[in-house]
Amino acid sequence: MKPINKISSVLTPLERKNVDTDQIISKEFLKRIERTGFGKYLFYHWRFHADGTPIEDFVLNNPRFENSEILVAQENFGCGSSREHAPWAILDYGFRVVIAPSYADIFYNNCVKNGILPIRLKDQEVDELISKGQQQNFKLEINLEDQSVTGQDGTRYEFEIDPYWKEMLLKGWDEIALTFQYDSYIAAYEEKQRA
Amino acid sequence: MAKTIIEKIWEQHVVFEEQGKPDLLYIDLHLLHEVTSPQAFEGLRLNGRKVRRPDLCFATMDHNVPTRNRNTITDPISRKQIKTLQDNCDEFGVPLAGINHPDQGIVHVIGPELGLTQPGKTIVCGDSHTSTHGAFGALAFGIGTSEVEHVLSTQTLWQSKPKTMEVRIDGKLGFGVTAKDVILAIISKFGIDMGTGYVMEYTGEAVRNLTMEERMTICNMSIEAGARAGLISPDQTTIEYLRGRRHVPEGDAFEQEADRWLALATDEGAQYDATVSIHADEISPFVTWGTNPSMGSGIAERVPSAADYDKQSDKDALKQALAYMHLEEGMPLSSIAIQHVFIGSCTNARLSDLRAASEIIKGKKVHPSVTAIVVPGSETVKRAAEQEGLDQVFLEAGFEWRETGCSMCLAMNEDSVPAGERCASTSNRNFEGRQGAGSMTHLVSPVMAAAAAIEGHLTDVRNYMEEPVASV
Ligand code: SF4
Repeated sequence: MKPINKISSVLTPLERKNVDTDQIISKEFLKRIERTGFGKYLFYHWRFHADGTPIEDFVLNNPRFENSEILVAQENFGCGSSREHAPWAILDYGFRVVIAPSYADIFYNNCVKNGILPIRLKDQEVDELISKGQQQNFKLEINLEDQSVTGQDGTRYEFEIDPYWKEMLLKGWDEIALTFQYDSYIAAYEEKQRA
Repeated sequence: MAKTIIEKIWEQHVVFEEQGKPDLLYIDLHLLHEVTSPQAFEGLRLNGRKVRRPDLCFATMDHNVPTRNRNTITDPISRKQIKTLQDNCDEFGVPLAGINHPDQGIVHVIGPELGLTQPGKTIVCGDSHTSTHGAFGALAFGIGTSEVEHVLSTQTLWQSKPKTMEVRIDGKLGFGVTAKDVILAIISKFGIDMGTGYVMEYTGEAVRNLTMEERMTICNMSIEAGARAGLISPDQTTIEYLRGRRHVPEGDAFEQEADRWLALATDEGAQYDATVSIHADEISPFVTWGTNPSMGSGIAERVPSAADYDKQSDKDALKQALAYMHLEEGMPLSSIAIQHVFIGSCTNARLSDLRAASEIIKGKKVHPSVTAIVVPGSETVKRAAEQEGLDQVFLEAGFEWRETGCSMCLAMNEDSVPAGERCASTSNRNFEGRQGAGSMTHLVSPVMAAAAAIEGHLTDVRNYMEEPVASV
């Protein structure tokens, strides 16, 4: 997993709440047995007509946001299915950070395990960012170490993150290798169960 | 101190705890299917790791399997995914109920059937509807593929202790009201993210009166309320369901287990972090009209209007949903014509669901403008239903009787609803395109689906039932 700390990029405003993982990555793209290559299918049915031509007014098709690494959406982002293909698609497309007022639990975990930083800001702060991002190219500086988001107009927002997840993201750890260090505890637990 | 079942199960499974970290939790049962596991097994291979406890794993194939010609998977990528699971299970020694195995079925239907699902267990699966198993008083939750890999290699997960929520359902369910209506009503009343960060425990008189299969329907959709898991404290109903199942102990050992299971139930006076309640009288046969499971109403009602909502974001969400669903504000729900009926999925494809639907359909015909299919939840359900002649009831009415699998619940195999057409479905998600790109889904109970099949539009199933005469 790639470590993440500072990201500086234009934000992509997605003005929708309850965005479910079926929309993030549709089932017809879940058949691959690899972790990569899902980016081109991100939000597929919002991005493309049935004949494969782009839907012009969908935000991802706006060239302004082409190199954006920060996706901003409304509450309860990532609800529904547990498919990790959703964060894989987000990452593969080029986003490293998602900002929303709230996330579905499984999706949040799935992001962290893939080096995507999911930031929670207040409803009103998110609405502010979305409207700024819609009006103009709006740049954000993300700093995970400081737990802050700073807009190009100087507005600074702070966010909370569990210290354990924070460290994992900053260091880009392989969680399984980490857990192997607790093997004696796991073995002891199993021993006790057998007794 | 009085404790909830959630706290009891949690405490029994903590392998390691330390301030400032999630707890390391032991996992008793790991269910696997073909869609969310290949990358996890590949991860093991790349790192030279093995499966720590193959004996605590159980795999099946359900999402991609064809429901017509069992062994002709036309899509090469689907075929590869199925084959990959077979190979991975062989290589790592994981027990598998493969495509032609007599135990095959939807992963959340077969776990309980085989007695793998038991009270007090921690159960995970790379699938959000793992919450189904909570019906037995297990702590069961969906995980992503990285976590699948973590459980395969360590049999544990780092988890932060969830908050607890009591969801109380008081009173007795009315005539024609099913478990599906209960959970749809709860999600509609409290919202699609009511349970985020919580494990929900369903309590109350109405819950106690439910059968295990009905309890599974309710727990199944806990994830649609955003909850990490939903569960029900075990009672005698739970014990009787499990007695004699393949993976539970026999004789005295079973009685001992049963005592231990019953002791897990939430203690009198235990505190929850939050409590919500609904009265059975508030619940009638339900249908969804929108693009998430909270967008639903009683069948006698109308599609809402923007004016019914205060918040602008709710008005926007309604507009977006109705635009996708091709519905008008204020139209009566019973006027919505449907072209497809799907009776299936891990929510509502167990034997009791098929029995209930067959009661409605018996001696009637599927409306000429409707294509209707029944997809039993497992091979075991299918055999039992056929033994009772339910397949004949459906076939005579004009339904198709298919092989088992997830099928049209998410349309990953070739069963899908065409763009622009509508389906009354007993599944759990009505997200945009869930049953096929451009398709429109209305979530209902099996009996409501059966009634819609007869009339060709959404309709109140109570017109097809005889109201029991109240005893004086
Ligand atoms: S039936 Fe539907 S919800 Fe259940 S496991 Fe299969 S795809 Fe998921």
